[in-house]
Amino acid sequence: MLPIVLLSVFGIANLFLGFLRSNRALLPFALVVLALIFGVNLLDWNHAGSMTGLFDSPYVTQMLSVNNYSVAFSGIVLFTALVLLPFSRSYVAAHEPNLAEYYSLLLFSLVGAIMMVSYNHLIMLFVGIEILSISMYVLAGSDKRNVRSNEAALKYFLQGSFATGILLFGIALVYGATGTFQLNELATNIAAPANASLQPMLYVGVLLMVIGIGFKISAAPFHFWTPDVYEGTPTFFTAFMSTVVKTVGFAAFLKLLVVALPGTSAVWLPTITAMCVLTLLLGNVGAAVQTSAKRMLAYSSVSHAGYLLLGLVAGRGQLSGPAAQSIFFYSLAYSIATVAAFGVLKLVADQRGREDYAGLAGLARTNPLLAFVMTVAMLSLGGIPLTGGFFGKFFIFTAVASQGYIWLVVFAVLMSMVGIYYYLKPAIAMYMRPAEPGADAPIVVDGFQSATLVLLAILTLVLGILPGFLTGLF
Amino acid sequence: MLTAFLVFFPLAAALLLHFAKGGAARALALGASLLEFAVAVFAAFSYVHNGPAGFDLNLSWIPSAGISFHLGIDGLSLCLVLLTTVLVPIILLTAFRHEEYDNPGAFYALVLFMQTGLLGVFTALDAFVFYFFWEVALIPIYFLAGAWSRSDRRIQITFKFFLYTIIGSLFMLAGFVYLYLQTGPAAGSLAAHSSDIQAFYAAGKQLAASQQGWLFWLIFAAFAVKMPIFPFHTWQPDTYTESPAPATMLLSGIMLKMGIYGCLRWLLPVVPLGVSQWQHLVIVLAIIGIVYGAIIAIRQRDMKRLIAYSSLSHVGLMIAGVFSLKAIGLQGAVVQMLAHGVNVVGMFLVADAIERRTGTRYLPDLGGLTRRTPLLSVCFLVMLLSTVALPLTGGFVGEFLLLAGVYEFNMWAGAVAGLTIIFSAVYLLRMYQRAMLGPDSAYSETITDLSGAELAMFAPLIVLVFWLGLFPGTFLHLSEPTISGILTLVGR
Repeated sequence: MLPIVLLSVFGIANLFLGFLRSNRALLPFALVVLALIFGVNLLDWNHAGSMTGLFDSPYVTQMLSVNNYSVAFSGIVLFTALVLLPFSRSYVAAHEPNLAEYYSLLLFSLVGAIMMVSYNHLIMLFVGIEILSISMYVLAGSDKRNVRSNEAALKYFLQGSFATGILLFGIALVYGATGTFQLNELATNIAAPANASLQPMLYVGVLLMVIGIGFKISAAPFHFWTPDVYEGTPTFFTAFMSTVVKTVGFAAFLKLLVVALPGTSAVWLPTITAMCVLTLLLGNVGAAVQTSAKRMLAYSSVSHAGYLLLGLVAGRGQLSGPAAQSIFFYSLAYSIATVAAFGVLKLVADQRGREDYAGLAGLARTNPLLAFVMTVAMLSLGGIPLTGGFFGKFFIFTAVASQGYIWLVVFAVLMSMVGIYYYLKPAIAMYMRPAEPGADAPIVVDGFQSATLVLLAILTLVLGILPGFLTGLF
Repeated sequence: MLTAFLVFFPLAAALLLHFAKGGAARALALGASLLEFAVAVFAAFSYVHNGPAGFDLNLSWIPSAGISFHLGIDGLSLCLVLLTTVLVPIILLTAFRHEEYDNPGAFYALVLFMQTGLLGVFTALDAFVFYFFWEVALIPIYFLAGAWSRSDRRIQITFKFFLYTIIGSLFMLAGFVYLYLQTGPAAGSLAAHSSDIQAFYAAGKQLAASQQGWLFWLIFAAFAVKMPIFPFHTWQPDTYTESPAPATMLLSGIMLKMGIYGCLRWLLPVVPLGVSQWQHLVIVLAIIGIVYGAIIAIRQRDMKRLIAYSSLSHVGLMIAGVFSLKAIGLQGAVVQMLAHGVNVVGMFLVADAIERRTGTRYLPDLGGLTRRTPLLSVCFLVMLLSTVALPLTGGFVGEFLLLAGVYEFNMWAGAVAGLTIIFSAVYLLRMYQRAMLGPDSAYSETITDLSGAELAMFAPLIVLVFWLGLFPGTFLHLSEPTISGILTLVGR
């Protein structure tokens, strides 16, 4: 609870830094704030339900529930935002005036993100999604003079608000059928319905909610906005969208399905299974045919939504089951690798002016560090051992296989073979193709950014070598 | 402890290499690989005197999933550990001779990194540790084969190699996950399943024959690509030919053995009923590979490509021997793994020595080299005769035992498989004749003989050829208990 309050307060304080025109203080300020909140968030570990003092009233606890599940996922998004911030630097230089609002929007969006993982009430879920989404609509269009950025913002906004409408409609129908917004009561009321004739309404409501959230996590067939929006959005915010938004989207989705809607699995399980197959197929095949690295990463983020949906298929029982554990590990490994990949891509794109594979050519010679970090990130996203991505996939596959979905695992394995095909392309470009003439100047990376990239690479390897310390946490 | 050192020391040295430059990097890489070899020899003596008990390393890795970091060395592992550790210094020395490699420190580091992966594969006693190292070994060899190659087609070729092998491995992973979910918990563990090798043996055993039948193909896919067996071999000739010489040696000399070793340790005992279902088909494929590889080898004019197809042909015999499921065939496979590793590295060393001197390995351009290069000719001949399986050489013992095994399985299969010896005599002696004898070529007067350093690289190989040929018992005794254990598990 404290992180939400602090993020809001510091977000507003950050706006005042903007009034003072102290642009150089913005990044350090945001970093310190996030590091502080990351620590505060961890204080709630193993203090399930015991929100101290001010926040102990039932008005709060019925709306939000802080437990290890929410702390773990809040931890991922706060950490992701923290390691992403150093890459806002060159952005700062390019867009000098009115910077403070972007940093503030970033902090505000995290408020929504944390609400989405700790909601206990469907209205809170809705409010959380809206806070996060509205910030993202603005940030997608933050490169005001760029037509593509404007296009991205408009697309994202129109389709996103449409999806929100559907979600809200679903929530209303579910409320109509069950008479409650609260997750636990929902589960009880669904298990013992007061009025069986409302069953169809409940099912339609659940389906609409699945579709609404499906939009947000870019699950096929509701993914079509993703590539265009990701490509048009400034790379820094694309990285934010494809990590933070996705992680909390899945955490919220899993919580909804496992805590509130286990009684309607007859409706959502086949739906999600079908979405999963479609997402894996379209995401991977789509990524394989791209020539732009950024667009490839956009499609790859769709494909990762597919693997995470796989985890939802295994979502039974409690929030501490293998499904939640594997989604947690996967999201973490995925976020770290994605930040690293986008970080390198952003540096290259800013200085070489292109986002395709050819822009990466010869990077191993000019910037061995960037090439190495990018390779580690790609191997992790592809799920090759020695990296966190491998264990992410392994845990998810095992969780799903143990529920009896062997065919689904085999399909996912086949799709990750396609994945390896396109994740290898950046590595080939960097290590085996010479830089194009005129584009072989080394990329300038400041010490802070390279330290962050090294940290991300090391974390990916640590997750891939010693995954034990992050399994069985909650 | 010794096991952990053997597996991780090369990795540590590889990391240190980052800080070394030029001559220091060479000294560090070579010193590390020699120390590693010395430790392996020490381990061998210790094994002979104290048995395998001291080599068991079982650390908790992912306790919540019942996966432990379990390594161990038995006779079979020891043979391959020795092979790896003796070949890596020679491979590094080959790399030293290529002054043209840029960023050579990274090259040596990747070779050592690869060694960690290989030794991990040969010592893993937990399915996921095995899979882990199996994939870890792929990453360095991909870069070694691709980034330092001078071929125009290197990107396509190494890409194909990477995709082939990783697709095979992913099938194996799917098979392992399925088996893992059939296992019970390990003693004293909270997790519901265990991926220990003994748990896998137990889980595989109680599966129905039909399940074992398709599991067999899932797991065998990885090994089939790695060895490679016909028709999964199409990545092999190109990759062997176009990779830099040290990478080719790693691929053919050691990495190929991962496939055979995998069959022995992780396939035959895990799905014994699956193996007896598909045994015949695999042997037929292996024999097709023998004949096919040999016929194509006869037509080759590029030395490296010829050796690549010859390797394909010889691997076929090893696979046939393993799947004969006869003790003598399996033992032959062990000796032949060692002999083939030595032979093929020797052959590629010769090809590299000639290419570095003449700038070509195209046979019609060569000829009459022997006059100026008596030492090279002798080394070439020894390696060649061992590959042809002439008595007194390692190749003879290996192939004789393998053929005996295949013959015991089926007389006709044995007869066709025996063609490998005749064929290899044809294409290898032709290669020798065209390159070393025959009419003089542009290089016959100018070529220089082996230097002392190069001779030192051949010396251990030649010693091993004769050691394996004259005293194969050294290694047969080592592997015998493991092999008979495997055959008991298979039920033969």
